[in-house]
Amino acid sequence: MATWTWFHKLSSPPHFYRIAGRLIPWFAIPAALLIVGGIYGGLVRAPADYQQGDAFRIVYVHAPAAWLSLMCYTTMAAAAAVGLVWRIKLAHALAAATAPIGASFALLCLATGSLWGRPMWGTWWEWDARLTSQLILFFLYLGYMALRSAFDDLQRADRASAVLAIVGVVNVPIIHFSVYWWNSLHQGSTVLRKGGPAMPPSMLIPLLMCLGGFTLLYAALVCIRVRGEVLVRERNAAWLRELGPV
Amino acid sequence: MDDFLHMGGYARFVWPSYGIALAVLIWNVWSALRLHASALERALRRVAMDQSQTTEPASIHAPARTGEAP
Repeated sequence: MATWTWFHKLSSPPHFYRIAGRLIPWFAIPAALLIVGGIYGGLVRAPADYQQGDAFRIVYVHAPAAWLSLMCYTTMAAAAAVGLVWRIKLAHALAAATAPIGASFALLCLATGSLWGRPMWGTWWEWDARLTSQLILFFLYLGYMALRSAFDDLQRADRASAVLAIVGVVNVPIIHFSVYWWNSLHQGSTVLRKGGPAMPPSMLIPLLMCLGGFTLLYAALVCIRVRGEVLVRERNAAWLRELGPV
Repeated sequence: MDDFLHMGGYARFVWPSYGIALAVLIWNVWSALRLHASALERALRRVAMDQSQTTEPASIHAPARTGEAP
């Protein structure tokens, strides 16, 4: 009962707006520390890879970008489904706020992957299962955002784009398992695999710091963006008058 | 230091990767802050217009002010 009351309170826009505002520094400051520490560890402290030399250091931005692009899509689809089924405006706001973040990290993943693929595989791009499914993920984000902007009515935009987000979620497991289902140039998982991570701690710890830092950064960014989305959706609410001098 | 910048011969792949990553991080922070700032500005302008149009005092419907910054 208490949990439900808390949840109900949180889903009310003025409460959410206030709580999200207070949470931002709690996500943003650890995110900055972890990313700076992780990148320092990855570029300076970690030894060069015995096969890939110093080129492997791209992993410290490539893997967190790949992780976020998938996590953002899953979050977006889940939020869109909740918004569609229970008609919760805040859930649609979360989905809309997540899309541009996810798209930017999908693009970062593709760009850094290309820069890594050139010296290791001898090609900038290959129509390979992992690469192609990741490119489709990027296009799904773009399609979602384009569809939203095609509607003047926010409620219709929320509902139509939610359907696209939910249908597109089938791509997420395809990306993850593509390296096992098809012959791919791309290597398998390094961290999440049977027998534990295939990396010594000096390489692994900076990677985990970057993964955690990027995830916390997403939390901070989405708090800022959802607050914006809430303001757009709350057209005439009385609580808006408390926000500043009118 | 030169060794570090040289990245074992992979400098032209490693440094652009980090450059693009930095650009994406900066864009994300900038665009999120800009989205919120412009939404806040529009919301406040809307409220101001509603208030100037209404004949009744708006405070009837408004919750009590807590004096706390959001």
